[in-house]
Amino acid sequence: MSNLSSLSFYIPELIIIIAILLVIVLDVIPVCKKYTFPLSLGAILLASVFLWQSYGESHGLFMGMISIDPFSHFFKMIFLLSTFSIILISRYEKQLDSNYSAEYNALLLIVLLGMFLMSSSINLIMIYLSIELVSIPSYILAGMLKNDKESNEASLKYVIFGSFASGLMLFGLSILYGITGSTDIGVITAALQAIEYPLSIYFPLILILVGFGYKISMVPFHFWTPDVYEGAPTPITAFLSVAPKAAGFAILIRVFYTMFTLEGSVSATLPLTNINWPTLIAVASAVTMTLGNLLAVQQEDVKRLLAYSTISHVGFMLMAFAIISPDAVRAIMLYLFIYLFMNLSAFYMAIFASNKLNAHHINDWDGLSRKNPVLCAFMALTLISLTGLPPTAGFVGKFYIFAELFKHQQFYWLAVVAILNSVVSLYYYFKIVKSMYLVEVEGEVIKIEAHPVVNWSIILFSAQNILFFIYWEPLIGFIEKSINLWSG
Amino acid sequence: MESSILTLLIFVPVAGAVLMLFFAMLYGKENAHYYKWIAAITTGIQLALAGILYLNFDPALSITESPFTVQLNWITHFNIQYFLGVDGLSIPMVLLTALLSFICIISSWKIEKQALGYFSLFLLLDAGMMGVFLSMDFFLFYIFWEVMLLPMYFLIGIWGGPQRMYAAIKFFLYTLFGSVFMLLALLALYYYSDPHTFSLITLIQTVGSIDATLWGLSVKYLIWMALFIGFAIKVPIVPFHTWLPLAHVEAPTAVSVILAGVLLKMGTYGFLRISYPLLPGEMVNFAYILAVLGVINIIWGATNAIAQIDLKKMVAYSSVSHMGYVLLGIAAAISDSPAGAQAGMNGALMQMFNHGTITAMLFLLVGMLYDRTHHRWIVFPNDYEKPELAGQQGFGGLGAKVPVYTGFVAFAFFAGLGLPALSGFISEAMCFIGGFSVFRTLTIIATLGILLNAIYFLRAYQRIFLGPLNETYKDLTDISRRELFTIIPLAALILFFGVYPAPLLDMISPAMDGIIKIVQSVI
Repeated sequence: MSNLSSLSFYIPELIIIIAILLVIVLDVIPVCKKYTFPLSLGAILLASVFLWQSYGESHGLFMGMISIDPFSHFFKMIFLLSTFSIILISRYEKQLDSNYSAEYNALLLIVLLGMFLMSSSINLIMIYLSIELVSIPSYILAGMLKNDKESNEASLKYVIFGSFASGLMLFGLSILYGITGSTDIGVITAALQAIEYPLSIYFPLILILVGFGYKISMVPFHFWTPDVYEGAPTPITAFLSVAPKAAGFAILIRVFYTMFTLEGSVSATLPLTNINWPTLIAVASAVTMTLGNLLAVQQEDVKRLLAYSTISHVGFMLMAFAIISPDAVRAIMLYLFIYLFMNLSAFYMAIFASNKLNAHHINDWDGLSRKNPVLCAFMALTLISLTGLPPTAGFVGKFYIFAELFKHQQFYWLAVVAILNSVVSLYYYFKIVKSMYLVEVEGEVIKIEAHPVVNWSIILFSAQNILFFIYWEPLIGFIEKSINLWSG
Repeated sequence: MESSILTLLIFVPVAGAVLMLFFAMLYGKENAHYYKWIAAITTGIQLALAGILYLNFDPALSITESPFTVQLNWITHFNIQYFLGVDGLSIPMVLLTALLSFICIISSWKIEKQALGYFSLFLLLDAGMMGVFLSMDFFLFYIFWEVMLLPMYFLIGIWGGPQRMYAAIKFFLYTLFGSVFMLLALLALYYYSDPHTFSLITLIQTVGSIDATLWGLSVKYLIWMALFIGFAIKVPIVPFHTWLPLAHVEAPTAVSVILAGVLLKMGTYGFLRISYPLLPGEMVNFAYILAVLGVINIIWGATNAIAQIDLKKMVAYSSVSHMGYVLLGIAAAISDSPAGAQAGMNGALMQMFNHGTITAMLFLLVGMLYDRTHHRWIVFPNDYEKPELAGQQGFGGLGAKVPVYTGFVAFAFFAGLGLPALSGFISEAMCFIGGFSVFRTLTIIATLGILLNAIYFLRAYQRIFLGPLNETYKDLTDISRRELFTIIPLAALILFFGVYPAPLLDMISPAMDGIIKIVQSVI
C-alpha cells in the first residue's frame, strides 16, 4: 500500500505521535503544564477506540514496512492498557518528581509508539528502528530519579547492555540481508528456503536472538534485568517487566514464524530444514526459568525478587515458543495477557508498600496484612496466581503452555523442568505471603490506606485472576481470532 | 433437588465464607461470635445434606446411573466438565468430611485470634476436600486438590505452634511437589487418550489402548509413576512422610484433625479412584511393592511413635502406621481368591473411614489436654526450657483427677491399637485377611505393627493417667460439655461400626467389587 493511503490505517499511531508532540510543547508553557497528564491519558483512550474499531483488518502499510493485523492489534491493546495504567499510577508514586512528569509521560508515549511499531514491523530496518525506539527512551526512564545513585546505575547498565545487544542484532540482520538480498521478511523467507548451508542461517539467527532475547530478558542476556528493575522507579520497573516484554515476544513470534519456518507463516508447524532452532529455544527456556527461579530464591528485596521472577516467567513463555504451532502462539498470548495483570498488580503493591511504609526489604512487609487486610488479600491472590496455582488465571496460563508440550508430544523433559520450577517459585513468592500474614508483629496496628487509584488498580488487576479462572473461554476465543498475521 | 445436592455440598461452605466477608464489611472484623456461628451453621447444613445424601444413596447404582450425578460443560474447547458424582467409594469420605468439618468448627470455638480468617479459611478447606471426593472430572479433581492446599497453608502458618512457618511451607512444598506431577499425568492422560477427555469415567475405557512409549518406558507406566508420587506424598508413604509429623505438631487441633482425618485419605482415595481403574495393569505390577511399602509404613510409623515423647507427635506417627494397613489392603486387590481381594479392598476403604474417626478423636483429646496444660510432653525433653523439669514425666496420675476424660482417652487409645469390638479392629483385620491371601510373609511381619501400636498407646496411657497425681495438675478440670459434644459422635461411630460394620460394608462393597473386577481382568 502506498504511503498516503496507508495513513488512514495508521490513526492510532498518529494520535500517539500528535500526543507526544503536544505533551512536549505544553511542557514548556507554564500554564498548560498541568494538562499534559490528562492529555496523555486521553490520547491513549482515543487511540484505543480507533484501534478497537479497526480490529480484524489486515494490511501491509508504507510499502511493506509495517503491517497491521489482528496479531499486532492484540499486542497493541496490551501496550495501551499497560501504558495507560502506568501513566495513571505514576502520578501517585512519591519517588517521582512531579516537575518532570510531562517529559516522563512523553517518554512513555514514545516507548508506546515504539512498541506499536515493534509488534507490526515486517522489514529488517523497521525491526531495528522500532526496537531502538523502545530502548532509548527506556534508558532515560530507568534513570528518571536523577539524584538516586541506583537509578543512575540502572540507566547506565541498561544502556551498555542494550547497545551491545542491539549491535549484535544489527550484525545478524546485515548478514541476513547479505545472504538474501532483501530487507523484507517475506522475501527473506523464500530466499532462506533455498540456502543449503545451515551454518549460514544459524549465525544470523543466533545474533538476532541476542537482540530479542535481551528485550525479553532471556538467559544469558538477562544480566541487566535485576539491576535495572531494582534501580528504576517502581512504576517504570512494572512497565518494563510487562509491555516491552510483550513487544519482544510479538516481534520474536513474527520474525521467527515468518523467516525461520518452512511455511513462513504463523500457522507453521516445522522449522526451516536443518535449522533446529526449537531445541535451541527449549534449552534457553529451561535455563531461563531455572536460573531466574534459583536466583529469586535468594532475594530479600521485593523488587529484585519480582525482577528475577519475571525472568522465570519468560522461561515459561519460551517453553511454548519452542513448539512451532499456532496453538503454541495462542498459549503464549494467553500467558502474556494474564501475566500483564498479575505482574502489574504485584508491582503496584510494591509501590504502595514503598510509598506508605518505605518498605523495600521483604522483612519490611511483616504484618502488612493487619495494616491493610484488603490489599494484602488481593496481593496474596496475585502471588498465588504468579506461582500458577488454581483457582487463579495464572494456573490457566501455565496449563495451556504445558498442554502444548503434551499436545505436540515434544520436549517432555522441559515439562518436567518447568513443573519443578513452579514448585521452587512457590517458595519465594510465599516468602512475601509469609511476611504479610504469618509473621507476627508486636505493638499497636496502624491501618494504612492506599490512594484510591492505587487501591483499585491493585484490586482490579488482581481480581481478574478469579474471573479468568472461572470462565476463560471468551478470552481464549478472542486470542484465537487474533492469531492472524498479515502476509504478502 | 437430587442433582443439586452434590453442588450444594461443595458450595455451601463457600457461601458461608462469603457471608462472613459481608458480615466483616458490615459489622467489623472483631466480633468473633458471628463467624463461629456462621461456620457452625454452614457446616451443620453441609452435614445435614450429607445425611440426606446417605439416606437416598443406592450403592447398586454406578456413577453414570446415579440420580445425584451432575455433568455440565465448563470449558468446551478443552472438554473440561463440571462433573460431580458419588459412589460407594466416595460416600464414606464425603460423610467423614462433613462430620469432621462440623466437629472441628465446634472444637475451634475458643479461637479468638483473627476469627474471621480462621473460620473462612476453614470453610474453604472444607469445600476443597468435598470437591476432591465428588469430582469425576480429572481437571476438576486437580483444581480442588490444589485449592485445598492454600487454606491449609494459612491455617497451619497463622494459627499454629512455634515452628508454624517452617511447618506450613514444608507442608505446602511437599504436597505441591507431588501434585505438580499429577498435573503432568493429567495432561498426558488427556492427550494420549482418544477421544481427548478428562472424565474419569470415560478414561477407564480409553486409557487401556494407550501403547506409546517415551524415554524407553511405556507412557502408561510414566503416568502411573507421576500419579504415584502425588498420592504417595499425601498418604504419606515412607519416605515421603517427613512433612507430616511436623505439620501435625504445629497445626492447631482442628487442623490436625482434618489433616489426619481427611487429607491423608486423599492419597489412598486417589489410588482407588484414579490409579486402579485407569491403570490397572501398572497397579498390578506394582502391587507387591505397594504392599512392601505398606508394611514399612506400619512398622516405621509404629516404631517412630514409640520413640516420641510428644503426645501429638506420637499420634501423628500412629497415623503413618495406620495408613500402612490401607496400603496393604489395596495391594491385596490382586489376590487370586475373590474373598481375599474383597476383604482387602473393603477393609482398606473401611480403614480409611475408621481411621478418620479414631484419629480425629485422638487429636481432639490431645488438643483438650493441651488447652488445659499448655504442653504435650509425655516426658520432658532433655533440652527443655525449664532445666529443672528436663527428663521428668510431663503428666502422671491424671486418671483420678479427670475420670471422664481419661475414660475417653482409654477408649480412643484402645480403638487406635485395634481392640476387638471397636471399629479399627474390623478394618485392620480385613486388611490383614486380604493381605494374607497374597503376601504371606509380609502380612505376618505387618501384624507386628499391632503389637507395636499397643506398646506406645499403653505406655503413653500409663505415664499420663496412672500412678500418683502430678501436683502441678491438681486444679485440672474435666471435659466440658462442648468438648463432649465433639467426641461423643465419634465414639459412637467407632463403637457402632466395631460391633456392626454391615451398614458401612454394604454401602461400599459394590463399588469395590467394580474396582476388583477391573483389576482382575488384567491379571
